[in-house]
Amino acid sequence: MAIIVFIIFVVIVIGLSFYLGKRTKSSSGYYAAGGQIKWGVNGIAFAGDYLSAASFLGICGLIATVGFDGFLYSIGYLAGWIVALFVVAEPLKKLGKFTFTDALDSKFNSRSIKLTAAISTLVVSVCYLIPQMVGAGVLVEPLLGIPHAYGVAMVGAIVITIVATAGMASTTYVQFIKGALLIIFSTVLVVAVLIRGLTTQPDQGGKVPFYQYASIPAMIMDGKVQVEEPGVEVLDQVGMKGGLVFVLLSNQGVQNWWHASDTDQGLMLMESQSVVVKPDGQYVNGAPLSPENQLRQVGNLEQISGEKDVNTGGISFLKFLSSFTDKTTTVRTWKTSTFTSNTNEKVTVYYFSDVTGDRFLRPGMKFKVEGTVLERLDFLSLMLALFLGTAALPHILIRYYTVPNPASARKSTIVAIAAIGFFYILTLFMGLGAIANGVLNPADSNMSAPLLARSFGELLFAIISAIAFATVLGTVSGLIVAASGAVAHDFMDRFMDKKMDDRRKVKAGKVAAFVIGGIAILLGILFKGMNVSFLVGLAFAVAASANLPAIVMLLFWKKTTPKGIASSIVVGIVASLTLIAFSPELYTLYGLNPLDAPIPINNPGIISIPLSFITLVVVSLLTQKKETT
Amino acid sequence: MLHKPAAPAGKDPSASYKTRLGIWMFLFYAIFYGIFVAINLLNPQAMGNIVVAGLNLATVYGFVLIIGALLEALLYNMLCGKKEAELANKPDANDEKPTGKVGA
Repeated sequence: MAIIVFIIFVVIVIGLSFYLGKRTKSSSGYYAAGGQIKWGVNGIAFAGDYLSAASFLGICGLIATVGFDGFLYSIGYLAGWIVALFVVAEPLKKLGKFTFTDALDSKFNSRSIKLTAAISTLVVSVCYLIPQMVGAGVLVEPLLGIPHAYGVAMVGAIVITIVATAGMASTTYVQFIKGALLIIFSTVLVVAVLIRGLTTQPDQGGKVPFYQYASIPAMIMDGKVQVEEPGVEVLDQVGMKGGLVFVLLSNQGVQNWWHASDTDQGLMLMESQSVVVKPDGQYVNGAPLSPENQLRQVGNLEQISGEKDVNTGGISFLKFLSSFTDKTTTVRTWKTSTFTSNTNEKVTVYYFSDVTGDRFLRPGMKFKVEGTVLERLDFLSLMLALFLGTAALPHILIRYYTVPNPASARKSTIVAIAAIGFFYILTLFMGLGAIANGVLNPADSNMSAPLLARSFGELLFAIISAIAFATVLGTVSGLIVAASGAVAHDFMDRFMDKKMDDRRKVKAGKVAAFVIGGIAILLGILFKGMNVSFLVGLAFAVAASANLPAIVMLLFWKKTTPKGIASSIVVGIVASLTLIAFSPELYTLYGLNPLDAPIPINNPGIISIPLSFITLVVVSLLTQKKETT
Repeated sequence: MLHKPAAPAGKDPSASYKTRLGIWMFLFYAIFYGIFVAINLLNPQAMGNIVVAGLNLATVYGFVLIIGALLEALLYNMLCGKKEAELANKPDANDEKPTGKVGA
């Protein structure tokens, strides 16, 4: 079913692209859809551009695993549109032609601006492409049963086809269709969640029996965990930093790792899930990995408003949320720990941790808002980048050139805010619905929303998965149009002054789309496994650091000079990328100890954005005389 | 040679009004957003306090930020549209002095 819906969708999208491709011959048509898109269509297409894999897959996954901290991304992403509407929408529409570089360079005709803005567009687009391609692989893997790398390659090939046929015209209509479908079917999914209600023993509508995790009393003798349960034997024990202890038990002949936990009843061993890499293959929960033996889906409410064994049935959205925020509600969340056992096997343990509802639905599960000054600074940095990043994303900014006039640019932004805001409210219900319905894959939070849909039947799963796939297609198409515009229009045509005619400009854009699509495929394979919303957060930081100071100061500070703009772009890119490259999260990706990372924060915006602003002001002041005489 | 916009926008006599209005509305929202971030950082436990209909401050403030953005955007559009219509009918509207800001 999922495959059929998926194929139908891809055929429609590619058919539409070829149809529009026949009518797209000019560079204006290719890069800006002829500037004739209606503001309502453009507004939904904005939503299609913006509601990427990060929004649908990443945020829902984060809310399902870390509660309100995931919703902070929704709030920050939406708030960024305020900057776009009130500060940049109309002025940028008036200044630009095809790309964001056109707008920056409109007053100066400066080669340094053309070059640096084109590089910035490329860098930001590639940073944003990575999570989209990772999301594509995550989706296609379970949907079509093909490996991550093939999934990423397939998405890349389809997107290159879309972009190379009709550029911004096909991209706009793909975005419009995808944006509308995403919002409609996310609403359907949320309504289904509310109709099902909340239960302490979710069984996915009767399809998957609720699994009750066991616990065994234990004691510690001479530093060793011991149990007195008949048929249970301790085989190995590993202590981790922070006092975590995992114990390998042979329980009725089945070997699995358990988590030691201090409770009101004393020390208890809690049943967990594990993946162990042995010389003869992977073992899941003590048995060889197979289509029948996979990690169990997890997540549930242990207590709802102080009561166990509850099934609320249909529930209002207010009751749904207030059940979560209740101090006497207990949410069973899942954590991951990886270590090497004493028999030299690589072990990943997925273990549960019960938290109260009010703890789950307030900040602090992911972001250390009660931690050290640096940890709080990291959070502040993220929220700053989310707020300022939207108005600096090249693939969003180029959409202002697809409408006929500045008023249409303003109105389409408002439609986008309405559509995106509504969708972000839905993400809270989808994320919470995923954990309450026990559909989480403990090894990958990105699939929470599609798996939630599957608990309501294969048809909804097929539609939601196809839409999620379209989400990736749409956003990647927009990014590749932006990046190919930077190469063909900004760099080749304007910076190198190649004197290309209209036909050659379009051809150059298509060739650039092929190359950038190929790079995106490679990066999507390399970054497999990272949370897509986190990666998008970083792309926002790079965009806000590299582009926003230039846009804002060009619009509002008369002393801005071309050298000031070019310098701030370079400093913004270099500073943000350097800070990211040496951050704890990237050290983890490299396989190094995150504590050894020389930069103690993960989000660079708090340093790189002001640095870029300061650079622009200082260089502009230093170059005043030369520029103005 | 400067690179001209795709479509000539024509004179917009309401541009300086819209720029000023946009900045004020942006600042208003930015302060509201800043307070939200500040509470998260300085008193995160307060975000767990139930404020209305069983919902805590974090959830309510989050919703208000999202819905508030839309309401502010609609208000902005209404005021801009009103000013555009008003100045379009004024014969001396195009005489408005430029402010030096782009779009003004």
